[in-house]
Amino acid sequence: MPTVTAVIQAPDGASVSSEAQRRLRERLEQGLPLSPRPWRVLAEQCGLTEGEVLACVHRWQANGLIKRQGLVVRHRPLGIRANAMVVWDVPDARVAEAGRRLAREVAVTLCYRRPRCLPDWPYNLFCMLHGIRRERVLAELAAIVERQGLADLEHRVLFSERAYRQCGGRYAGEPSP
Amino acid sequence: MPVDPRDLDALDRRLIDCYQRRLPVCIRPFARMAERLGTSEAEVIARLERLLALGVVSRVGPVFDHARAGASLLAAVSVPDAEREACAAIVNRAPGVNHNYARDHAYNLWFVMTAPDEAVLASRLDRLEATLGYPLLRLPMLEGYHIDLAIPIPWAELEGTCPP
Repeated sequence: MPTVTAVIQAPDGASVSSEAQRRLRERLEQGLPLSPRPWRVLAEQCGLTEGEVLACVHRWQANGLIKRQGLVVRHRPLGIRANAMVVWDVPDARVAEAGRRLAREVAVTLCYRRPRCLPDWPYNLFCMLHGIRRERVLAELAAIVERQGLADLEHRVLFSERAYRQCGGRYAGEPSP
Repeated sequence: MPVDPRDLDALDRRLIDCYQRRLPVCIRPFARMAERLGTSEAEVIARLERLLALGVVSRVGPVFDHARAGASLLAAVSVPDAEREACAAIVNRAPGVNHNYARDHAYNLWFVMTAPDEAVLASRLDRLEATLGYPLLRLPMLEGYHIDLAIPIPWAELEGTCPP
């Protein structure tokens, strides 16, 4: 999918170059500076005005490049450590419907279709469940399977045993030439 | 490092509960948040600094839609248990890796690699695969049905699990 690099018209009429946008995104991926005027600090770092930075951010929110803004909580230190990746082998004709059913469940944080890699990997639907204890997560999964009528689909639960890294994506580096 | 939820008071919890999304995008966002929470801008900033220092919050700001922000891929590799730690360290050293977990399966290391575009992503994965010496299972997202990690924090249940 193409990345979003359209030139942005700031409210003062000046346009923000794609290089300045890339620099701004790179900064934003690391979080806002905790200063009373965080956008002004970012603007100074990127050679932009505060108004241009806010215009970029509003536009990225409107076009969906930014999904949400807020505190990004790390669940593991708080004790939410039972992180289950549930993988399903669903007939291709049913996968979209099964995905949408799983997505209705509050406890499901992520739900994706991915390719099978036969013969080693027959699973084509993935979802994530998070909880404090494994038993509770497994009980929740059993309830979901029942509620959503998925009992006939083969699935496996892969709990995480250790987190070696967990942080936000870094996309805004130098693109390939 | 684990954090005892009892070290987070009512204001910390309200900050988290109210602002996992909809952080105000205005000239003084922390002042706007303080107004709603009935405290001062300086107090909001101090609380956020502490939550970051404790590791409860990894950052404050935008979450980009990864499908539009660049390229990313979930990959898995099956390595002998004795080599798992060393392989995890190699994965962590590769550029763009933002999640890396051991899981209880023959494919025992699972990670997500991100890059500015598909070409950079593919070359990073090829290099990592060569360094590891084991084949990678490459599982790109084909369709997303739901992606939202901003789950409500079950404070009461968390307190119940902590030793006194």
